[in-house]
Amino acid sequence: MPAEVITITSGKGGVGKTTAVANLAVALASSGSKVVCIDGDIGLRNLDVILGLENRIVYDIVDVIEGRCRLKQAMIRDKKLPELYLIPAAQTRDKNAVSSADMLRLIKDLRSMCEYVLIDSPAGIERGFRNAIAPADRVLIVTNPEVSAVRDADRVIGILEAEDKGPGSLIINRLNPTLVRNKDMLSPEDVLDLLAIELIGIVPEDENVIIGSNRGAPVAYDPKSRAGQAFRNIARRLKGETVPFMDLESQGSFWERIQRLAGRK
Amino acid sequence: MAETNSQIQIKGLRDGLLVSLDDAPWVEQRTAFLTQVDAQPDFFKGARLALDVASQVLHVNDLVELRDELSDRGIFLWAVISESPTTEKTAQLLGLATRISKPRPEESRQFSVEDLGEDTALFLNRTLRSGTRIEFAGHVVVLGDVNPGGEIIAEGSVIIWGRLRGMVHAGSKGNRNAVICALDLSPTQLRIADEASAALKPQQNPKPEIARINENGKLQAELWSAA
Repeated sequence: MPAEVITITSGKGGVGKTTAVANLAVALASSGSKVVCIDGDIGLRNLDVILGLENRIVYDIVDVIEGRCRLKQAMIRDKKLPELYLIPAAQTRDKNAVSSADMLRLIKDLRSMCEYVLIDSPAGIERGFRNAIAPADRVLIVTNPEVSAVRDADRVIGILEAEDKGPGSLIINRLNPTLVRNKDMLSPEDVLDLLAIELIGIVPEDENVIIGSNRGAPVAYDPKSRAGQAFRNIARRLKGETVPFMDLESQGSFWERIQRLAGRK
Repeated sequence: MAETNSQIQIKGLRDGLLVSLDDAPWVEQRTAFLTQVDAQPDFFKGARLALDVASQVLHVNDLVELRDELSDRGIFLWAVISESPTTEKTAQLLGLATRISKPRPEESRQFSVEDLGEDTALFLNRTLRSGTRIEFAGHVVVLGDVNPGGEIIAEGSVIIWGRLRGMVHAGSKGNRNAVICALDLSPTQLRIADEASAALKPQQNPKPEIARINENGKLQAELWSAA
């Protein structure tokens, strides 16, 4: 079966696109699927760092497109997961080095080689973003529960609809249940109310995400991390399973939980 | 817009002209092209030009020279497309684009209808997301929301069967009798004719409202009631 091509995008920068790609790739590959992820952020590559593959890069996506190497040579195999590959971005070029047609050609060759292709889109709605969504079968939009990120996500969804890439599915990243409870943060309901698209996952704020990114070991490896669990759940939903949403409220301290339980009764 | 010379093809693009040269010696090509420009100065003047130079190998001075020649004639060279990596590099060095991206989808639309009667309305059965701009020389009816960052500019009235959280300008050509109604009127800004009002506070339990210019000439929103 040809691979499903999933592009992860957001409009706004810094909401966690690259982290989401790394974690979904790890989660999908851990469950036995062959996954190739592509860093579409040419000139500002990051995905290799978050996956801990930085020092293995020999060839990159621009080398493939400009014919300096074969596709397989640019596919870096993960340290731990033999079914996970990365095609890194070039760091010394910019977005103009790649066109949408180049991307389509590259992805066409990849489709027969794996089950999932994950594309990490750059921020913005310019050329790099358009290259990243051109080959997509499905688009995931990452947003944070804050007004500016949601506004940009709305714009991106509008463009996706105009380009017939469907409205996409939403990942709400870095949700802090305590802030939401105190009405200091947009709730998932507020976000969905505005964006009106399918929700595929809510990832709670979790410092292990940053620690994992810095170590090159995405949090999806960590069986105890709540964010890791959220990403593993999203991966299962991508595979078509029905997975109930996590109860984010239960993440407070022991004392908070007791208080809430008492409050409910 | 059509081709004329055997070697030089000129095509109209969405936002300018695309001129395609072939692999004949560069000096000949350049001269032929400039001769053609000089033959029809009015056609070319002010044009945004993209140049496809096939596999010509061009260096910085070649392109700079041509760019200056063109700009003397009021033509703006913005892109050079080439099969040669050297030429691409040269173009990038000069800050020229090396690919023509396909036109963007319509995010901003201006609708027009022949013989517009007073009561003509545009019906939009969808939500207007951020970045969408609708301009219409009549009334506009939306079955859906207008999200923050979405804009409607109408010469008549605007009715939103949904939440209005973007910007609406009714009576944009000065009709002070135009109104704006929404089931939830929480816009970032409202304008009727030349009156504007800043954001209204989002309500806890939104009720349908209607905004109009009152007797004192001020833009005012009031609850709509069936009575």
